[in-house]
Amino acid sequence: MPRTRDQLAQRAAQELQDGFYVNLGIGIPTLVANYIPEGMTVTLQSENGMLGMGPFPYDDQVDPDLINAGKQTITEIPESAYFSSADSFAMIRGGHINLSILGAMEVAENGDIANWMIPGKLVKGMGGAMDLVAGVKRVVVVMEHANKHGQSKVLKRCTLPLTGTGVVSRIITDLCVFDVKPDGAGLELIELADGVTLEEVAAKTEAAYTVASGLA
Amino acid sequence: MRKIYPGAKEALDGLLFDGMTIMAGGFGLCGIPENLIAALRDSGVKGLTVISNNAGVDGFGLGQLLETRQIRKMVSSYVGENKEFERQYLAGELELEFNPQGTLAERIRAGGAGIPAFFTATGVGTLVAEGKEVREFDGRKYVMETGLVSDLSIVKAWKADERGNLVFRKTARNFNPMMATAGKVTVVEVEEIVPVGSLDPDQIHTPGIYVDRLIVGTFEKRIEQRTVRQRETA
Repeated sequence: MPRTRDQLAQRAAQELQDGFYVNLGIGIPTLVANYIPEGMTVTLQSENGMLGMGPFPYDDQVDPDLINAGKQTITEIPESAYFSSADSFAMIRGGHINLSILGAMEVAENGDIANWMIPGKLVKGMGGAMDLVAGVKRVVVVMEHANKHGQSKVLKRCTLPLTGTGVVSRIITDLCVFDVKPDGAGLELIELADGVTLEEVAAKTEAAYTVASGLA
Repeated sequence: MRKIYPGAKEALDGLLFDGMTIMAGGFGLCGIPENLIAALRDSGVKGLTVISNNAGVDGFGLGQLLETRQIRKMVSSYVGENKEFERQYLAGELELEFNPQGTLAERIRAGGAGIPAFFTATGVGTLVAEGKEVREFDGRKYVMETGLVSDLSIVKAWKADERGNLVFRKTARNFNPMMATAGKVTVVEVEEIVPVGSLDPDQIHTPGIYVDRLIVGTFEKRIEQRTVRQRETA
C-alpha cells in the first residue's frame, strides 16, 4: 500500500538524529515535527528567524510577532533563539543546518530539484528554497511518487525550472526510498513501502535506478 | 539632533520623491512598518521600487500601495498572498524581481555594510544565475550578487530609546535590522520610546547610528495564518 501523508512524515522522521538542527519545508515536511522520536533532541529552524520552534499556540497564546516561515502562529520553547533574516540564512548558507526536509514537484536522478515555478502559471517565488538546497548539509525530499496526472516525479532530468542542481541526497515517496549517489552516479532504490513491489516502482518511475542488494 | 517625530507623516516630510527606492521591513505581515506604509499611501508618492520580502495582502501592508498603483517594481522572494499583486503583474502593470530569500537578506546586509557584491552558491544553475558572473572557489560554483541600498528604509522595531537604539521582538525582527543599515535615510516606527539609559546596552539589536527618524506607532498586527491547537478537556 502506498504511504499516506502521515506515514510519509513518519518515514522522513527516521532521517533525524540526536542533536540535529533541522529545517522543515511546508506541507508534508511540516508533519515530520509530529514524529520526532521520544528522547531525541532535534532543534527546528524557521528561516524567518528562529531556532527552537514550539508547537502551535493555544487560542489565548497567539502572538502576531511569533510566526513560522509558513506565516502560521507558533510558540517558543525554553531553548528558543531569535535572529534576523541575514543571520538565519548565514546559518543555512554556511552549512550549519544538518538536515532540510523539503517537498518537490520534480527530482532528477542527478540530484536536481524543481519546486518553485511552473512556467505559464503564476509564480509566487522561491522564498528560501534555493538557499536551503544550496546550503544545508543534507537535503531529503519527501513527496508523492507521481503528480496528479499520474506521471512520475522522479525523472531522468527535471523539466521545470530548477531550485538547485545536484543537491538532493535522498528521495522518500509514498512508494519507496531512493538514495541519490554522489557525483552524478544515479539513484539506488533502498526501500519499498509495505506491500509495494519492485514491478510497481519500475512501472511508475521515469528515472533510471539500481536496486539495493537486499531488495532485488 | 532630535530623532523623534510626532507622527508618520511628519517623519517622512522632505524624504519622498517619485521613482525612489524604498526598503520595507517585515516577513509576511509580521514586523511590518504599518504606520509608515499608511503614510506613504497618503503622500501619493509614486513610481516606487519597493524591496521587501513579501508584498502584503489585499488591503493591508504593502497591499495598500499596490491598490493605489504607487508601486512600479517589487524586489521580493515570495508574493503569493495578494490578488491585486497578481492582477497587476499578469496585466504587465507591475515589474517583479525575485530574489532567493537568503540572497535578498544578504544583498541588503552587504549594501548596508559597504560591500558592493558577494558570491553565493544559492541559485547556481537556475534562472536566478542567468546573466550573472559565476566563479569557482575550491571546486564549487558561486554566483555574484550585488549589494542593495535604498533611498529610504522603513523599519518596525519593538522599542527604541530616544537616541534610536532599537530592540526587536521575536520573529518580528526578520529583515528590519539589515534594512535599517541600508537606507540612505532610515525611519523607524516602534511601540514604545523609552528614556536613554533604560535599555541594556548589551541587549540592543540595532544601534542608533542607523536610525535617522523615529515615531511611536499604533499597530493592528494582522495575522495571516492564525493556527492554534485545542486544549485537551479534562
